[in-house]
Amino acid sequence: MSLELNETLQSVVDGLTELFSDTLIEVYQSSGDTFVRVEADSIVEICKYLKEKQHFIFLCDVFGIDRYTTNERFEVVYNLMNLRTQTRLFVKVRAPEENPSVQSVTSVWKSAGWNEREVYDMFGVKFENHPDLRRIFMPEDFEYFPLRKEFPLLGIPGSLELPNTTPDTE
Amino acid sequence: MGIESALGEGYLTTRLDKLINWGRANSAWPMPMGLACCAIEMMAFAGPKYDVSRFGSEVFRFSPRQSDVMIVAGWTTYKMSHAIRRIWDQMPDPKWCIAMGACASTGGMHRCYGVVQGVDNFLPVDAYVSGCPPRPDAVIHALMKIQDKIKTEHSVLLDT
Repeated sequence: MSLELNETLQSVVDGLTELFSDTLIEVYQSSGDTFVRVEADSIVEICKYLKEKQHFIFLCDVFGIDRYTTNERFEVVYNLMNLRTQTRLFVKVRAPEENPSVQSVTSVWKSAGWNEREVYDMFGVKFENHPDLRRIFMPEDFEYFPLRKEFPLLGIPGSLELPNTTPDTE
Repeated sequence: MGIESALGEGYLTTRLDKLINWGRANSAWPMPMGLACCAIEMMAFAGPKYDVSRFGSEVFRFSPRQSDVMIVAGWTTYKMSHAIRRIWDQMPDPKWCIAMGACASTGGMHRCYGVVQGVDNFLPVDAYVSGCPPRPDAVIHALMKIQDKIKTEHSVLLDT
């Protein structure tokens, strides 16, 4: 499939092929958006390059995907925006099922902090060098990762506490 | 112009139980527990068009210590359930509870790990209202059912 790239995206693809040719895995387009999949080890360098050299200064979102496959089960997607040309770019990395972990991009965009906490909370993907990697929505002592495919839709009975319904008898 | 003018000179007889229940049933002050879109319909229920003051329930009390009927309007997360139960425990007896709408009654469309599947998991609910969200008339119907319930309860206990 041929890619329909505008000037900014063409410069991104050219720059990545030139500078990160050994870590760039694929570039594809779907539903009018452009996706770039890279090796997980190089995500910080690539994000730094995209922010500083390609003006993708706005990190809209970071989210996780449970692909439910045998190898490289989890995917983390970074939704980037070039505010000079209003161009959107998605960067993807994959992580294995056992101890999934990805480098944190908080050193590039500070706003990644809460987004990465959400991915950790919902999928259990750890972010290395994250300043404060705690759960963000679920209670601290919650033992599961609710957006993983094997987690039942209605939750696990008793895993979240309901209030005590017998009043104190003092 | 009180009741005397209609009756002339004389008196009425009744049971104390009946009199207290009559008073309670017609002054059931709601505790608005508005959690989602049902709260908008709950406001219409209190507003001039549907005019719940005909039933003596127009006084929405934001203090649990002054209210009699808790209207749980909306979906309840596990996190919120603790606050609701705490407010419920602060309401003085006798007290009643309306689960307003599909979400408060059963969890509704929020069939998910974070939402309590019906507030009856932690509250004694007296009236369930169907609808998503229910019309204000339906909430008035639930309130009338609660009034009927109040009127059949024993309000005075013989101290033996």
